[in-house]
Amino acid sequence: MISAADRARAADLMQGFVAAGATPVETDILQPAGTLLDLYGEDIRGRAFVTHDPIAGETMLRPDFTVPVVQRHMAEGADPARYCYTGEVFRRQEVDEGRPREYLQVGFEVFDGSDPAAADAEVFDLIARALAPWEAVPATGDLGILIAAIAGLTTSARRRAALKRHLWRPARFRRLMERYTGAIPPTHTRGLLLEQLTHTAPETLIQAAGTAVGLRGAGEIAARTQALAEDAGTPPIARTEAEVIAMILAMDGPMDAALSPLRDMAVDLPGLSPAVDRLEARAEALARRGHDPARLSFAPARGRSAMEYYDGFTFTFAAPLRPDLPPLATGGRYDALTAVLGDGRSIPAVGGVIRPGLLEGLA
Amino acid sequence: MIRLGVPSKGRLMEKTFDWFGARGLTLSRTGSDREYAGAVEGAEVALVLLSAGEIPRELAAGRIHLGVTGSDLVREKLTRWEDKVEAVAPMGFGHADLILAVPKVWIDVDTLDDLDAAAAQFRATHGHRMRIATKYHRLVREFLQQNGVADYQLVDSQGATEGTVLNHTAEMIADITSTGETLRANHLKVLADGLIHDSQATLFRSRTAAMDSAQQATLNDLRARLGRGG
Repeated sequence: MISAADRARAADLMQGFVAAGATPVETDILQPAGTLLDLYGEDIRGRAFVTHDPIAGETMLRPDFTVPVVQRHMAEGADPARYCYTGEVFRRQEVDEGRPREYLQVGFEVFDGSDPAAADAEVFDLIARALAPWEAVPATGDLGILIAAIAGLTTSARRRAALKRHLWRPARFRRLMERYTGAIPPTHTRGLLLEQLTHTAPETLIQAAGTAVGLRGAGEIAARTQALAEDAGTPPIARTEAEVIAMILAMDGPMDAALSPLRDMAVDLPGLSPAVDRLEARAEALARRGHDPARLSFAPARGRSAMEYYDGFTFTFAAPLRPDLPPLATGGRYDALTAVLGDGRSIPAVGGVIRPGLLEGLA
Repeated sequence: MIRLGVPSKGRLMEKTFDWFGARGLTLSRTGSDREYAGAVEGAEVALVLLSAGEIPRELAAGRIHLGVTGSDLVREKLTRWEDKVEAVAPMGFGHADLILAVPKVWIDVDTLDDLDAAAAQFRATHGHRMRIATKYHRLVREFLQQNGVADYQLVDSQGATEGTVLNHTAEMIADITSTGETLRANHLKVLADGLIHDSQATLFRSRTAAMDSAQQATLNDLRARLGRGG
């Protein structure tokens, strides 16, 4: 349950964000389900409460603020902008029933493309200072490194797109890498199909397979068999490049110590360099605000299996000595989300939220 | 008295009665055919006749001590089912596989890998996510999430699920099948790695039902007898 003390703490945190120059915004608790389903897919149904409105159709109890705040900014906001908000979010708990179904979030979002590294550091620093009384332990990541590495792979555009699409789903990402490096050979059935395609038109094979049912037409099936045949002819991803991906996924250490090995990796995968430059600029911006990169934990893939929209800097703040608690605060950069929700427009954006309800009872 | 929940009609009820009978416990319906009342001979057990679909909920609520239902229904209807019930004995009947099936003409789709790629292509082509008709929302969603399949949506189908593809209300289905005949008749095929759960009738014990020492003794005695097999 949300206590009166939680609300008072949320109000204090809000005041701090307003003092830092943010405009307070409100969003509806009942959100149209369509946007959230388009973004997150069916998985969101396992995490959000879905209800039905006779006029608006399927709606969800606000599972987070970022999406409605971004929508609002893209529709009517002027750049640059800084927003803050506080209120309830609602999460279904199917796996861990002990976790709360409704709790408060207090958030801060920056829409400002002029100096992304400085904006990253600004959000991180603001939340670090807000949580200073609780001695929260920060940890950082950067999904931009992984995205740049994927974009730099010497392979087909189709394979790069598939890997990028599954960046946030570690199990499927691993399977794709295994297939694209040749570690998993094609199945017997697939081998048979590929053999048949060398001498028979896909349309003939589709017709021979039986009665056509459903919306997915013969043209689509034929197009994908074509793609399968092309993919079978694509050479495996080189070992050196696959190793770079594996090293990025495994990397975990101080932020400043990550720069040199990443520069080495950029020799094998030149596409990495701009992302490493951004990491370096961010490390400097954080240092200018008093956060020593030598003491900041950094794992590029951190935040990968959290919300699907982070695509650059990510961070969490944990309660010291309480590994049982979820993070006290989380945040990150979500430039691509603004493009998805922006109807052709986009703007670099970064933000974070604190959960005041977790602070109760901490030192 | 221990309360035992048993499916109230059909083959599942008959097979359940046979299974207990082979273990020295005679279950029977009493009164008229339409009256849902039953009796047990040979133990301090009260028979509660229920729809198989309600038995998971009754077990979780602790209103019955033991219950017979499909393992698929327990997994679908209860969150963290292992905390709420214990599977005492698989009963060897009521076998059914919850599977993912796609049209046979999808010659490019044999596995979950293919399904995921086809779903991405479908969404790009049709502007909406590939629809999977099912009544097993939780099981299907968890399975696809674990396997990292994206760009699908579940549409509810409480019956004649195999027909939804023909009727263009879904692109594929996730449903229970025992022989696969209905699938074939509806021009569908099962994905090679599309087995979500192989279900069978199972005797479950409620972990939440309160018991006094007499009930506990009855339960221990029952477990010993039922474990012997028939």
